[in-house]
Amino acid sequence: MRHIRQLEDQSVYILREAYKHFDNLGMLWSMGKDSTVLLWLARKAFFGHVPFPLLHVDTSYKIPAMIEYRDRLAREWRLNLVVGQNKKALAEEMNHERGRVECCTALKTNGLKLLLEEKGYTGIILGVRADEESTRAKERYFSPRDKNNDWDFRDQPPELWDQFKTSFPPGTHIRIHPLLDWTEINIWEYIKLENIPFMDLYLDRGDGTRYRSLGCAPCTFPIKSTASTVDEIIEELRATNVAERAGRAQDEGRGMEVLRKDGYM
Amino acid sequence: MATCKTETSAAVDIRDRMNIVIVGSVDHGKSTLLGRLYADTGTLPEGKIEKIQAICKQQGKEFEYAFLFDAFLEEQQQGVTIDTARTFFQWAGRQYIIIDAPGHKEFLKNMVSGAARAEAALLLIDALEGVRDQSKRHGLLLSMLGVKQVTVVVNKMDLVDYRQDTFALIEKEYRAFLSQLDVTPQFVIPASAKRGDNIATPSPHMAWHTGPTVLESLAQFSSESEKGEQPLRFPLQDVYKFDARRILTGRITSGRLKVGDQVIFSPSNKSAVVQTLEAFNVEPPPTQALAGQSVGITLDEQIFVERGEVLSHESSLPLVSTTFRANLFWLGRRPLEMDKLYLVRLATHEVECRVAAIHRIVDADNLSLDQQQTNAVVKRNEVADVTIQAKAPLAFDLYSDLETTGRFVLVDEYDVSGGGIITEMVADREETLRVEARQRDFAWVQGDVTLADRAKHYGHRAALVLLIGPDTTGKTFLAKKVESMLVAEGRHVYMLDPENLRRGLDADLQDEDARETIRRYGEVARLLIDTGVLLISTTNSFNPSTGLRAGLPADQVVEAIRTLVHPAPVLTVYMSQETTLSPIEADLSFTGPEDFTRTTHDVLAALKQKGILAETIGNQPVFQFSI
Repeated sequence: MRHIRQLEDQSVYILREAYKHFDNLGMLWSMGKDSTVLLWLARKAFFGHVPFPLLHVDTSYKIPAMIEYRDRLAREWRLNLVVGQNKKALAEEMNHERGRVECCTALKTNGLKLLLEEKGYTGIILGVRADEESTRAKERYFSPRDKNNDWDFRDQPPELWDQFKTSFPPGTHIRIHPLLDWTEINIWEYIKLENIPFMDLYLDRGDGTRYRSLGCAPCTFPIKSTASTVDEIIEELRATNVAERAGRAQDEGRGMEVLRKDGYM
Repeated sequence: MATCKTETSAAVDIRDRMNIVIVGSVDHGKSTLLGRLYADTGTLPEGKIEKIQAICKQQGKEFEYAFLFDAFLEEQQQGVTIDTARTFFQWAGRQYIIIDAPGHKEFLKNMVSGAARAEAALLLIDALEGVRDQSKRHGLLLSMLGVKQVTVVVNKMDLVDYRQDTFALIEKEYRAFLSQLDVTPQFVIPASAKRGDNIATPSPHMAWHTGPTVLESLAQFSSESEKGEQPLRFPLQDVYKFDARRILTGRITSGRLKVGDQVIFSPSNKSAVVQTLEAFNVEPPPTQALAGQSVGITLDEQIFVERGEVLSHESSLPLVSTTFRANLFWLGRRPLEMDKLYLVRLATHEVECRVAAIHRIVDADNLSLDQQQTNAVVKRNEVADVTIQAKAPLAFDLYSDLETTGRFVLVDEYDVSGGGIITEMVADREETLRVEARQRDFAWVQGDVTLADRAKHYGHRAALVLLIGPDTTGKTFLAKKVESMLVAEGRHVYMLDPENLRRGLDADLQDEDARETIRRYGEVARLLIDTGVLLISTTNSFNPSTGLRAGLPADQVVEAIRTLVHPAPVLTVYMSQETTLSPIEADLSFTGPEDFTRTTHDVLAALKQKGILAETIGNQPVFQFSI
């Protein structure tokens, strides 16, 4: 498990750098396995405390069990939970049938934008991983976003050793990615190693299916699987060649490049 | 073609992980090699090749393996890699992140960002084009970035009919180049990424090659680190007080740290004993930690220490100076200029600095050629031999001794714009005094009352206020007013006129002994500060006109005193009659003040703002013991 501890040490270092340099810092938490591991790493980094708010951009289409899990952990771990929502878009009945990219843009990208504007965060910690999809593979640990939240992937700042981009012009913000080097298997290995509570939607509960990646109910589909323990998930992942986000509809075509350029997670 | 789908999926336990970067000149086939490696080992996601093939067909172009990882639309349209991609690969019990770095000169900063994360490198050379400028530049940068394990792949052997003599010429030329950098490649492998020769399977066309395939060569890179056996370096990252514990955090960059260790903080020269190693969800708590680990410790006493200090054992201290010589690569949008202000970041220490000298631009083509020409600037993508001078002393090592504390980056405005490795410590003017202060501090015998205890009781930190400027500008008057006002508030303040030392402590000195006069003043100040007092002094005694015949310029006086009282905070106040420019960058400047009450309040406000004076005394004043 040495490789997992190495990843943990790097992520903890990044989290502490973020906390040191950003006065107004928040961490996105979608209750999925990755951002929950991220939350756990924050508790590691700050010795049981989480000294910044956890932000949930609520699309209103999440699976109900996810909200219950969110509120339970928030209570038990004494988290400062901040929930944001694009109420205007929801009032105008935005949903995935109007187009997946449109729906993601309105409820997630713009929902996040609204939350950032309202609270004035200058640093946002996210649980994205480089192995999820190919634009995330090109991310920096500390990745600047301009005034419109846009990601200028053509001209990213150099990132040398453990020296990150921590200063930025007013009006812009930095996305911080402590999990970039983790793979999907590493996430599960760590959940097992640390015994981190996770949602049982990730397990087969008797019907031969489980979720491999969690998002909004209408756009996330379970996979065929009989894995009912973390060990079985790890075993299954080692044997598969199917992409993790195959069950996520917004990844079709160039969906993610377009979404992420405009400020998607 | 051999595919090994079943082998990859074998649930082999992962022993370790490693980051490998693929570098080399543009169009020498890096992305193709990567694509081929994944395809031939069956480690691509299902349907990925088919998806890319479909896109190619739709756009009417030939399928290329490079498209598998050049994710951006523009990368595929232009057929070049723009930014570094991390790709994940698992083979024979090791988890790899293979970093595909762009080869185009335009994107050198992206190549450097990728290579800086790597422990080993595959360096590609096109068999048809041979060794190019960029091949050498990448070799040079790898050695500067600390990537010492390199395997060279001579690619596109199919285009030279798999000829051994062509390969041998390239191998000879490039080995000779690398040897100048003290790099010995682990292997030099002839290959064709496009045809799959010697990538995952041995090539039938090059039976003369007896070495490994590219895939086999990966396993030969060592991930074993010797850092645990090196001297301890633990750059302080932050100090937390979330609960009753005051935890010092950071990442050990070399050596090992144990509970019970006596540790020294540099450059402040403080020392303490490690009481506990703190960790969340670890039972029983750890008793030692090694290089690479992010840890938290508590100490046996509360001391003022700040982010940027480096913990070590007393037996192997880091170097301390404001000045060092370094090899630096510059990636900034604007050229690096002499005498412009930058920030140097060395481990967790961040200080303003200038480039004091640009000795030469290092030409990757002529490494050994020592052309002693002075250059005014270092342009983007150039490598140069420079001297950096920081505004405050830094703790560091030579890169040849300890990698992580021997390298630094320069920040220009908002961006990390260059990186460098330290080749030499340059003794600055204060070196002698600094060595004295260090030895004095290590041997200092202390009572049970700490500086932190005193600060709590007196309502201020021990510090020095230095009033500088020409004679008869009201410095003494101001010093007396500040002293009176603070004592009236109940604080422990003392005005020390350096003149008071001249007839007593300095009775044996001549007026010419300026440096010794200042040294003795500095030692007296250090002693008083250790009593917890807030000391106020004028500096007229050190001026050539009023005091010493051979007085020193004000900036040298201040630096010498600062070195001796280090790490106590020093507030500098410059006073003059006219709007003359202060010879030092003073914290406060006054021009012929008329309202001394207001000036006094300004000094008090500055002391509060610097965290020296607590807002009120009594009732547990809150201090920034940390950062």
